Amino acid sequence: MNRAELWKAVRPFVKRTPAVIGGLIVLLLVLVAIFGPNLAPNDPAKQFYDHMLEGPSRLYLLGTDHLGRDILSRLLHGARSSLMVALAGVLVGAALGIPLGLTAGWYGKWWDTAIMRVMDVLLAFPGILLAIGIIALLGPGLGNVMIAIAVFGIPQFARLVRGSTLQVKTLDYVQGAQAQGAGDFRILARHILPNVLVPIVVMTTLRTAQAILIASSLSFLGLGAVPPDPEWGAMLADGRAYIQTFPHIAIFPGLAIFLVVLGFNLLGDGLNDMLDPRLRRNM
Amino acid sequence: MWRYIVRRLLQTIPILFGVSILIFLFVRMIPGDPARLLAGPQATLEEIQAVREDLGLDKPPVTQYLDYFGKALTGNFGKSMRTRVPVTEEIGLRLMPTVSLAVVSMVIAIAIGLSAGILSAVKRNTWMDYLSMTGALAGVSLPSFWLALMLMYLLAVKWRLLPTFGYGSWRHFVMPAITLGVGAAAAIARFTRAAMLEVLSQDYIRTARAKGLPEPKVNLLHALKNALIPVVTITGLQFGFLLGGTVVVESVFAWPGLGRLLVDVVESRDYPVIQTLMLFFSLTFVVINLAVDVLYAVIDPRISYE
Repeated sequence: MNRAELWKAVRPFVKRTPAVIGGLIVLLLVLVAIFGPNLAPNDPAKQFYDHMLEGPSRLYLLGTDHLGRDILSRLLHGARSSLMVALAGVLVGAALGIPLGLTAGWYGKWWDTAIMRVMDVLLAFPGILLAIGIIALLGPGLGNVMIAIAVFGIPQFARLVRGSTLQVKTLDYVQGAQAQGAGDFRILARHILPNVLVPIVVMTTLRTAQAILIASSLSFLGLGAVPPDPEWGAMLADGRAYIQTFPHIAIFPGLAIFLVVLGFNLLGDGLNDMLDPRLRRNM
Repeated sequence: MWRYIVRRLLQTIPILFGVSILIFLFVRMIPGDPARLLAGPQATLEEIQAVREDLGLDKPPVTQYLDYFGKALTGNFGKSMRTRVPVTEEIGLRLMPTVSLAVVSMVIAIAIGLSAGILSAVKRNTWMDYLSMTGALAGVSLPSFWLALMLMYLLAVKWRLLPTFGYGSWRHFVMPAITLGVGAAAAIARFTRAAMLEVLSQDYIRTARAKGLPEPKVNLLHALKNALIPVVTITGLQFGFLLGGTVVVESVFAWPGLGRLLVDVVESRDYPVIQTLMLFFSLTFVVINLAVDVLYAVIDPRISYE
């Protein structure tokens, strides 16, 4: 077997490796979010006064912070809030955005115009700014971060689903269902939604990556999780004051956020390539 | 084309209108009595009443909005609650640091993003492609505040190459601009690669190759010129996200710009400044998007926008 043939044989697997790695990272995160508190060697709030600001050691695998708390235990405990806030925010955003997009695409006319103009206004606040505005209104806290992420996601989902609905709407089988007298709700739920599911799944995965970044950014800025909650962005904010002398406090929570976001991005990209038949052909 | 540009301009008006209504409602959605909050904790009843009248909170909502709109058009956004300085003045002082940082970051992002994207597409499925696309994926996944702290630790603390934070010489620009530019560079690289691949599979590229044009000439002259058109759009969008990113980056590097101002005023609940900053950021974003779309119409001679 020469090199070209070998490459041809292993290529489909090589091409999927990133997605598999992403999936494994996400799976690991979910497991840590569920079992993390049981795995943690120490109480995340316990202060070991004779072990403050220590680097990684056998006793404290990732070191201790300025209050002598075990960083590994805090990371394991914080996984849950970091994941929950992001995922809940994205899912709520999807739950509100999808019906808006479906009905806007299906009914068209003034309903479409009205919804999409409101979405345009929400999209006029770039990146993290809409979230900050909502926090300014509601006050800091993880619950409000979740609301901010949800509101941030509504227009994204609505726009995506509307576009797909417009495409599917004119297809024969939808017209057929309509001719058979199926009601609007039935058509939307049974015929259109399943056909726009692929982009929704991809979008949810990629949005979760972004939501984790936004949530931790807000916590880092002091607008999200309130100390002593071991949320990863908040832990990084603690480490910021010691960056000149004890960088390990900031290194590990940041690395955790980076890996998790990377995992969701890899998975989302991989799903996109795998599920999109147009791309699959040139793979 | 002109018809398209005019239509696009007209489409922007309802968005701007909507944004102004949202911003107007913003202060009025604060739980509790906005006037009491705006007047501050030590305010007397008379002072609260003065704020209420000043904001027109005792008038019907439509009148309130028209008042707000009229004042905004003349550049009157009220005074900061913290400093009692007119909001426009407070924002004016912070404008240059943010604009200069955003422009420098964007130049870095375009330079890195374009070259990585082109290289990836031209050397498709080689280690260079995988390396730059892995880098790009890492770039969109990096939390900017973490990257900022790591750069700070390595470049400023450990190797003492750059000042840790602050604003002044070009040396102060390096770390904030890299931090801010990385995300945009990664997005531009991914998009450029996709656009280039699309173009490279077209017939006219095959023709260009078949008539014996040297490879760099085909890639850069024929392919890039056409691939650039969609890239312009994503670049414009990224510029908007970059504006949002200034909030985090300016906070870490103690950069005296609008982003850091926003964090400060959210913490102190300085609503007139929050309101105006939000308006400013979203207006800038909308205008940039409009400019990009118009540019798109101007540089792409193939599509007729009728």
